[in-house]
Amino acid sequence: MKKHILPAIKLTLVMILFFTVIYPSAVWGIAQFAPNSGKGEIIEHNGNKHYVNIGQSFTEDKYFWSRPSAVGYNAAGSGGSNKGPSNEEYLAEVKTRIDTFLIHNPGIDKAEIPVDLVTASGSGLDPNFSVQAAKVQVKRIAKIRGIDEAKLNQLIDDQTEKPLWGMFGPEKINVLKLNIALDALK
Amino acid sequence: MNTEIIGIIVMFTLSILLAIPFGKYIAKVYGGEKTLLDPIFNPIERIFFKISGINPQIEMNWKQQMIAMLTINMVWFLLGMVILMTQGSLPFNPDKNPSMSADLAFNTVISFVVNCNLQHYSGESGLSYLGQYWLMFLQFVSAGTGMAAAVILFRAFRDKTTDTLGNFYNYFVKSCTRILLPLSFVMAIFLAFDGVPMTFEGKDTITTLQGDSVEVSRGPAAAFVPIKHVGTNGGGFFGVNSAHPFENPSYLSNIVEMVAQLIVPLGMIFAFGYFIKRRRFSWMIFGVMTVGFLMLAIPNINMEMNGNPAIASMGIDNSLGGMEGKEMRFGAAASGFWSIVTTVISTGSVNSMHDSSMALSGMNELLAMMINAFYGGCGVGLLNFFIFIILAVFISGLMVGRTPEFFGKKVEAKEMKIAMIIALLHPFLILVGAALTTAFPEHGALTLNNPGFHGFSEILYEYTSSAANNGSGFEGLGDNNLWWNITTGFILILGRFLPIIGPVAIAGLLAQKKYIPEGDGTLKTDTSTFGLMVFAVIAIVAALSFFPSLALGPIAEYFSLN
Repeated sequence: MKKHILPAIKLTLVMILFFTVIYPSAVWGIAQFAPNSGKGEIIEHNGNKHYVNIGQSFTEDKYFWSRPSAVGYNAAGSGGSNKGPSNEEYLAEVKTRIDTFLIHNPGIDKAEIPVDLVTASGSGLDPNFSVQAAKVQVKRIAKIRGIDEAKLNQLIDDQTEKPLWGMFGPEKINVLKLNIALDALK
Repeated sequence: MNTEIIGIIVMFTLSILLAIPFGKYIAKVYGGEKTLLDPIFNPIERIFFKISGINPQIEMNWKQQMIAMLTINMVWFLLGMVILMTQGSLPFNPDKNPSMSADLAFNTVISFVVNCNLQHYSGESGLSYLGQYWLMFLQFVSAGTGMAAAVILFRAFRDKTTDTLGNFYNYFVKSCTRILLPLSFVMAIFLAFDGVPMTFEGKDTITTLQGDSVEVSRGPAAAFVPIKHVGTNGGGFFGVNSAHPFENPSYLSNIVEMVAQLIVPLGMIFAFGYFIKRRRFSWMIFGVMTVGFLMLAIPNINMEMNGNPAIASMGIDNSLGGMEGKEMRFGAAASGFWSIVTTVISTGSVNSMHDSSMALSGMNELLAMMINAFYGGCGVGLLNFFIFIILAVFISGLMVGRTPEFFGKKVEAKEMKIAMIIALLHPFLILVGAALTTAFPEHGALTLNNPGFHGFSEILYEYTSSAANNGSGFEGLGDNNLWWNITTGFILILGRFLPIIGPVAIAGLLAQKKYIPEGDGTLKTDTSTFGLMVFAVIAIVAALSFFPSLALGPIAEYFSLN
């Protein structure tokens, strides 16, 4: 073992230089040409900046609500609820979310509420929800904002992101972009 | 057909199609043949070896290689303890994160040295950027270590009768520079342009559309995330790993990260065949592994797409599947598929929270790690599978009443003893760990996030993940305390080095034996019959050892839900 120690230390040091200084510096250099110089994609809106990929909490009735989050959409950290499927406390919480939703959205049938709107995402920062999650909120928003329902449905269609190249994965909507577009709608 | 299903089929097919030529490339690298990247890496490696005073041409026997491996791993461990326990006062710490406690540093360093990446901290609050970089370094070298160990096996079956099996440093460095680095670099650039941050600035504060003020963690993640997958490490930059929108921003990045974790383990299988010039044997291994993989993956995709029956019974629209702990941009199908890829391969990165998987999906994730030989981690997957091959050769030999032979070498008592010890070590570590922790509620029950059967699954999962060097978790578990950090730390060490040393020892012993040319009576090991035999051995070992514990956890939970 003794004759291996010195070579091992030297090899470690030279590889540290290569893999933690040269490699990431090269990546960093190239990333300067990426959107927002590799600091995360942003949208500027009314003088505020928003990260496109980081979901935000929307709880006011005039906005499309985002999915529940175990960390309250505070991206200082991240986390899911980690509740198991049979956890009684958790199932009661889901029921409460359904009831709350029904109170704020009169005239909606329970069977129209999609599951993503009452379950928390893995990261707690999910920027998306399903198309149905938007549609089920149209009635409420139309009433509060006094906008035609058809106009809102059109907005949802415009904001729907199709599966990758039209073939792979689920359809989804970026909640932040949708709500910014909603604010712009008059 | 459903776009979510097509997405999965494409991911898997693409991985296999890329892995076959890549396997050929790997075989060339280890065989010292000419490759396209020679002009770049020949001079770099020359510098490495010159500075460290190593002659990569010196041939070593298997024992010398193992000593070299253990020594350099020890150096990484000691250096890592120093870095993580002092990171709070070192540079590159814009978020002012604290140094790690001794037990957390112990667990974290071991976990990254052994290619497991169990993470009892969250990246956003637990590490400085210097700490992250150190762990990124370990992700390269720990994967390289596993691959170098597998090459010893390659050599043992290429040369007819030999003592020396190559040079550890040579294989180790080449694995890092010529295999892991090029893949990581290309992927890092893709990810940076797809929305993964690559910045040294700390947290940003923003005002949301609703007017709340929140912080957003960032960091040099684009360089870190690729090696996490290419090296089958799985340690995330952010707390929630590849579920984080900065770590895996789109369905396309999800495909890339999926292919990245499959390509080296799959490539190693094909490389083995090219290297020893027995390509049919590679296909036998690939066949057995793929059948096992699909038997776990397909039910998971199905169960996650069907969702939670307890939520369906509340009368809402459950057509998206089990969305608790899942991201909308991936959907239930790709999350269910990932949950098995990451557990069979010992990556342990997650794109959904496994704690919230359906009951039997959780069982399949556990089984994938309990078997730990379908594809498996960088290099070590093949070593684990080799143990089952030796067992199958022995049993087949007994069944037909002949001396068991493998590639013209007699398998005798000494090799069988080693194989048995390694095969039984894995269930021993998992079950003893889980039993002890369950017996002491102050260490076990009090740290759980869920009651009842699922709570037991959380304990079982943590030890299975440690022993399999996987690194994923039922993350509800409150695992950053003395008990969990220390017990899993020791299991990590045993679960890493013994299953490397054991198979390498068998290969070394077999290589020294006289070569007996194959005749009519030789057991053919590249046939589907033999594949079935290997599969049966795996199924029996796994089923008999683990069924009782699975019955107490996920199986009981499943029946309580229905």
